Amino acid sequence: MSETAIRRASLWDFANPTRYLAIAGPAIPWLAGVTALLLAAGLWMSFRAPADYQQGATVLIMFIHVPAAWLSMFCYGVMSVSALGTLVWRHPLADVSLRAAAPVGAVFTLLALVTGSLWGKPMWGAWWVWDARLTSVLVLFIIYLGLLALARAIEDPATAARALAVVTLVGSVNLPIIKFSVNWWNTLHQPASVMRMDGPKMDPAFLYPLLVMALAYTLFFITLHAMNMRNEILRRRIRSMRMNAAREAGGA
Amino acid sequence: MIALFLRELKLASRIGGGALTGLLFFLAVVTVVPFGVGPDLKLLARIGPAMLWTGALLASLLGLDRLFQGEREDGSLDLLLMSEHPIALIVFVKSLAHWVATGLPLVLAAPVFGLMMNMEPVAIAASVATLAVGTPAISFVGAVGAAVTVTLARGGLVIAVLILPLVIPVLIFGVSASYGAVEDPAPFLPPFLILCAITLFFAVLGPLAAGHVLRHAAD
Amino acid sequence: MKLVGEKLAAARGERRIFEGLSFEVPAGSALVVTGPNGSGKSTLLKTIAGFLRPAAGSLKLEGQFKGLDAETPLAEHCHYLGHANALKPQLSVHENLRFWQQFYAPGRTVDEALDAVGLPGVGDLPAGYLSAGQKRRVAIARLLAAARPVWLVDEPTSALDAASERRFAALVEAHLAQGGIVVAATHQQLGLAAALKLDISQFAESRAA
Repeated sequence: MSETAIRRASLWDFANPTRYLAIAGPAIPWLAGVTALLLAAGLWMSFRAPADYQQGATVLIMFIHVPAAWLSMFCYGVMSVSALGTLVWRHPLADVSLRAAAPVGAVFTLLALVTGSLWGKPMWGAWWVWDARLTSVLVLFIIYLGLLALARAIEDPATAARALAVVTLVGSVNLPIIKFSVNWWNTLHQPASVMRMDGPKMDPAFLYPLLVMALAYTLFFITLHAMNMRNEILRRRIRSMRMNAAREAGGA
Repeated sequence: MIALFLRELKLASRIGGGALTGLLFFLAVVTVVPFGVGPDLKLLARIGPAMLWTGALLASLLGLDRLFQGEREDGSLDLLLMSEHPIALIVFVKSLAHWVATGLPLVLAAPVFGLMMNMEPVAIAASVATLAVGTPAISFVGAVGAAVTVTLARGGLVIAVLILPLVIPVLIFGVSASYGAVEDPAPFLPPFLILCAITLFFAVLGPLAAGHVLRHAAD
Repeated sequence: MKLVGEKLAAARGERRIFEGLSFEVPAGSALVVTGPNGSGKSTLLKTIAGFLRPAAGSLKLEGQFKGLDAETPLAEHCHYLGHANALKPQLSVHENLRFWQQFYAPGRTVDEALDAVGLPGVGDLPAGYLSAGQKRRVAIARLLAAARPVWLVDEPTSALDAASERRFAALVEAHLAQGGIVVAATHQQLGLAAALKLDISQFAESRAA
């Protein structure tokens, strides 16, 4: 009985990444194509948006900045769910998904920080201010980098998976802090104007390009995530093939 | 010797993201300060150079304890000692590689952190320049600490305690040169040149002393 | 070329481990050092390698060997294979060997050396993936990849299986046939046909202590 259980478990282990590769392989070019189209449409709509009466042309940074900030949190959300998948359901792809999302999330967060900084200089007169929103996003960035460093430091993927999952979940307390920081504290950063309980409070001329850009960013993330997961699976296969090669080298 | 240098860089890039950890530590130090002293931008701009230097100093101490310990544990140190190259030169190359792997990224990241501290462009440029010539000294002095503690299982803290007093001059002249660039009566060049001199001095003294210790620590 | 030790004594701290030890190993021969644990086999090898200063007596290499002149210190003629294998697990096997080859004088190519220890094709694998015996064999391959006339080997066949032990014995014979010198500290039979024997326990410090 135990032997069949072991065999089934190992088959399950093997089948999932393989099935993933079979599905993701053909899907990735389509995803990439749609992302490119949406991104082009979003940018075109953004540049046709009217200049803000207060901010002038700098308001255009919003169409890059706001979706990046959303995605930085969305990506961490994906990682938190993956972490649950690793710890609770022990799904073999959950850890792959977590690892694959981390560098993408770090880049989106960096993009949000940099574009925010570029926007802040004309608006607030400083590249950086230490208010609650900016600082909590910076903390998110540090968490991302910490996870990347941890992933590199632990050689064995199975050990690394648990450690990464636990740290990811602990770090997820930062997400609500980021979201509500603009409401809880007095900050320079403006409060939410799209995701509100009473509906978006924004002129449609800005809202629609922003939503298209957000959709494009999300698809962009999904594409990168899928590609990176494929790489991670292949990387692991190479690793185990090399382990086998080492075991077989030089005869008995 | 070039082979040794390349090997060190390869190892640094493959072992647990050494440069990344150092950078993160630097970033964390710089992030923590505004929480401690408050987010007043004027105040931050004034203490900026000092914060950059303190953060870089602490971050470059990371990983120093492994400079010779790994070599000793796997027996490579013995083989290095048996080579025809003088041991001081080997230490020099290893320290230099350590600086390129951990110190140089800190120098390159410093301008970004300077912006976050709301520093003026001149102050940022001065801080980066002083960090670039000053941080190698930390690696060279650190080599002595690493050599002395090579047989200790937990050398990391001991190194920090041994090395910090020795690198205080580096910190003093680094920070005073950075301030010299912004504040008018204080000069920039004299402390900067003294800093260069300190680095050159330690580049000779550190490897010689560390090499001597290593030759006699081997058994 | 001849490795000569005269009235050697070694001390660890206050304790003398052996004294009055003299030996002579001509080119093309092996010296097998035996003795119980703690009798100073490893200490003797480390003294020859230059890690420990002899407490008394002298050590020298007489004669010349391929371009190394008499001024060169003894340690720079020697290969040392200690208990540790001096392999970096993060580097590939090839990178590990290549480094020592560049750092010392080049000998055989890395691939030839790996073939000689029966590990062809592992060059691209990280050294950390290898088993204990395979690592030992890579460490032995280092002796071939970087050329030095005197091999100082400390328990060289630990972690090796019987086939690898025989292969190592053949490599030692080949090295001796080329005029090299081998000093081995071991408990095990190395399977060398003609080797000088040295039982180090005879030279333990006078029983009075």
